[in-house]
Amino acid sequence: MMAPDLAAPSPLVRRGGVRSLASALHRHARLRLALLLAAPMAWLVLAYLGSLAVLLLSAFWTIDDFTYNVVQVWNTANFTTVFTEPVYRAIALRTLGIAAAVTVIDALVAFPMAFYMARIARPRTRKLLVVAVLTPLWASYLVKAYAWRVIFSQGGVLDWAGKPFGVSSPGYGTAAVIVVLAYLWLPYMILPIHAGLENLPANLLDASADLGASAGRTFRSVVLPLTLPSVFAGSVFTFSLSLGDYIAVRIVGGKTQVLGTAIADNVTLNLPLAAALSCVPVLMIVGYLLAVRRSGALDSL
Amino acid sequence: MTFSRRTRIALRAAMAAGLAVIYLPLLLVLLNSFNRDRSFAWPPTGLTTEWWSRAWESEGARSALLTSLQAGAGATAVALVLGTMTAFAVQRYRFFGRQAVSFLVVLPIALPGIVTGIALNAAFRTVLGPAGIGFGLLTVIVGHATFCIVVVFNNVIARLRRLSPSAEEASADLGAHTFQTFRYVTFPAVRSALLAGGLLAFALSFDEIVVTTFTAGPGVQTLPVWIYANLARPNQAPVVNVVAALLVLLSVVPVYLAQRLSAPALPGTDRRAGGGR
Amino acid sequence: MRIRSIAAAVAAALLAAGCSSAAPTAGAGHSLTPPKLPMLQTLGTGEGQVNLVAWAGYAEDGADDKDVDWVHPFEQQTGCKVNTKIAGTSDEMVSLMKTGQYDAVSASGDATLRLIAAGDVAPVNTSLVANYADIYPGLKNQPWNSVNGQMYGIPHGRGANLLMYRTDKVSPAPDSWSVVFDGASKYAGHVTAYDSPIYLADAALYLMKTKAELGIKNPYALDDAQLKAAVELLKTQHKAVGEYWSDYQKSENSFKTGDSVVGTTWQVIANMAQTDKAPVQAVLPKEGATGWSDTWMVSAKAAHPDCAYQWMNWIVSPKVNAQVAEWFGEAPSNAKACDLTSDKKFCATFHAADDAYWKNVYYWTTPVKNCLDGRGTVCTDYAAWTAAWTEIKG
Repeated sequence: MMAPDLAAPSPLVRRGGVRSLASALHRHARLRLALLLAAPMAWLVLAYLGSLAVLLLSAFWTIDDFTYNVVQVWNTANFTTVFTEPVYRAIALRTLGIAAAVTVIDALVAFPMAFYMARIARPRTRKLLVVAVLTPLWASYLVKAYAWRVIFSQGGVLDWAGKPFGVSSPGYGTAAVIVVLAYLWLPYMILPIHAGLENLPANLLDASADLGASAGRTFRSVVLPLTLPSVFAGSVFTFSLSLGDYIAVRIVGGKTQVLGTAIADNVTLNLPLAAALSCVPVLMIVGYLLAVRRSGALDSL
Repeated sequence: MTFSRRTRIALRAAMAAGLAVIYLPLLLVLLNSFNRDRSFAWPPTGLTTEWWSRAWESEGARSALLTSLQAGAGATAVALVLGTMTAFAVQRYRFFGRQAVSFLVVLPIALPGIVTGIALNAAFRTVLGPAGIGFGLLTVIVGHATFCIVVVFNNVIARLRRLSPSAEEASADLGAHTFQTFRYVTFPAVRSALLAGGLLAFALSFDEIVVTTFTAGPGVQTLPVWIYANLARPNQAPVVNVVAALLVLLSVVPVYLAQRLSAPALPGTDRRAGGGR
Repeated sequence: MRIRSIAAAVAAALLAAGCSSAAPTAGAGHSLTPPKLPMLQTLGTGEGQVNLVAWAGYAEDGADDKDVDWVHPFEQQTGCKVNTKIAGTSDEMVSLMKTGQYDAVSASGDATLRLIAAGDVAPVNTSLVANYADIYPGLKNQPWNSVNGQMYGIPHGRGANLLMYRTDKVSPAPDSWSVVFDGASKYAGHVTAYDSPIYLADAALYLMKTKAELGIKNPYALDDAQLKAAVELLKTQHKAVGEYWSDYQKSENSFKTGDSVVGTTWQVIANMAQTDKAPVQAVLPKEGATGWSDTWMVSAKAAHPDCAYQWMNWIVSPKVNAQVAEWFGEAPSNAKACDLTSDKKFCATFHAADDAYWKNVYYWTTPVKNCLDGRGTVCTDYAAWTAAWTEIKG
């Protein structure tokens, strides 16, 4: 029998509908779980997975050659095209290559920066550095891409800065795409690595030094393995964002065709083919996600 | 772990170089917003503040900004609710499919935006079309909320991992029922994570272009859509640069706030990586 | 006759419901039987709004040049607020019209028949458009804008795709398309081309004039071997291409910065570039060129049909047609517009009434299996061209 003698506000003592509902919830954990999951799962499973399913279904249809109306005739012609035509294979490989290059570049650039921020900078500077790294994320992605277009353009900043060295802008193409994508996703790589490095307990590093390891050895054997999950977490962003990007590619890529542009070009008039094409990056990303899940990367996203 | 002086200098140089590269294009944007030449000839032939006054009067930019704010607010609200619910479910309970749920939550942001965009577009047309509901702000919010859920989810779950259940147990022992415990004990503890997650979700929604192009109706123009439509037009491009420059300058505030709120550790901190606590 | 008479005859045969003409049609092509759709019978007062899909420069509202504005006067006169969606290619226009969210479209000949066949546009009641009477007869009841004598749109104007080049970077001044085909490697990385499968017709046109042995009679009627030759030509060109273009302002900007120095263009882009002090020149090469004859069409699902008709009447009225023709750089469709152009020699320069000139301009037309030059069903259709285009871009 609860007769609380607290000097508490009356709601704590009042009996009634709310309390019995709360008690019912307290007793039935499953009910609580179900209520918690109902709305999000409805959203994600019904709306999101459902729409993905609709898209996948439409990949089995085709379009009328002349009117371009979607004809709901089941066939696998689109998949055959996507997986056997050499041009689509070339596009897929090129996109994969770009995504890989961007991930590697970002990892190499982000690590020293994150390391400085996490372990060398003073705590007060550290906050400012994090703000400094995060702020550009608020600058519009489009504007940043266009700024790079201006930089790469003929007679633009690169040409102007490189003239004394005889270096000229490579123009719009795959190289420009890799540079711009690496630039755009860099903060997404810095943050998880920074978080991972911050959580590295100093005592482990001290212990390693006590055991006689040099700084380099400590780095290789202690720091790297422990921060690898965060590198993978960052790589999930850079890899998947690069695989699907088409806007930055259209802006600085010149004539480069990637999976994203191929899908975007076809989605207007040939949705079934675009849907079939979409399966390629989706499969790549899901595969990558499953692969890095074991390293615990997904928890540090 | 002590670092040699050389290492410290090298790392500091790397940091400075990195920051320089990050900010160079933004400085270029700022400079071009004063560039007299509409197609941003380099080096700039002259400077003018004409674009800033034009931007001030630009009705397209203002209404686009308003639409973006509305879409962001709606998406953030939905993401906060759904993300928190999912975080609580995944962190506090053990159930079959727990791994699958966290995987599912990540999916909208991991899959390419264009795939999410065309899938939602196809679904809206199939489902909402016959019901007479057209594309508009609501469809944009639905699209944005879907990939914003994960950022709230990650923030809240990180915070929940650090919360010990003893406070809530004590509250129950003292007679508070479930809702009261949540209101007086749990919620204040996760509030800052919610704020940080909400800010990040808002930022994501604010700058999103790909999914928006496929889910917005012809009358709905968020700021990125407006920017995309105008960046290539010679008369509007400088105005767009002004808007972008303003965005960067103004965004320092919420970014700083988000940092303060997620102290002592950053979003995405995982206790387990720390080990031995 | 106005255009290639063979094409006209065979296209008409295509469209005839029973394919009963003497032209050899082997049946399997697209003999066009458009779905039965109602035609507007009376013009109402207007719905207050009209949503257009238009080529760049067709619906100017002062944003590009404050003196170039025929949208606001229209809005004041009719009370129909104009919302324009600018499309870069005919494919974009076809897909936009499919959404049913737009009321009218300025379709080129490679989109019109597709729209008609798909039932996305309705037949047009020309008696409701007062200015239709003054349109050049050579543009009325043509194979691309009418079916069985029923007009499906109001002719807007016609023009040719031109070759634009930077006068300071390309020398000698080109007069032939060879500068972007055989001679493209000289400007590697700075050649541009129109980003649409219809560009294959430009390659076919070039081959028609330089490689007679291929036997191409109509750049839109290509059998497999001829298409293959065109694809090979464009694949070679691809090595020299820096960027393909479909956004006219991006193209203008590229020429201004020098990222593109030679390639196809529209007169309006050349005009804008010259106004922006870019050293460019646009010419019609000696081999001739592909071009377009545009038609304003009304959507079958138009929510604002009265305003759509009022817009069509407005845009082909003498003064406005003259304005749009001069701004865009094309031949107007209204004969009376020639008296109202600010440049008195404009219509002569653009051959508005010169039908012999248009014989060398091959209007954008949708390629179909049933050859447009009468050879039977051996030709490649637009789907094949689209697949080829993806292959060319690599």
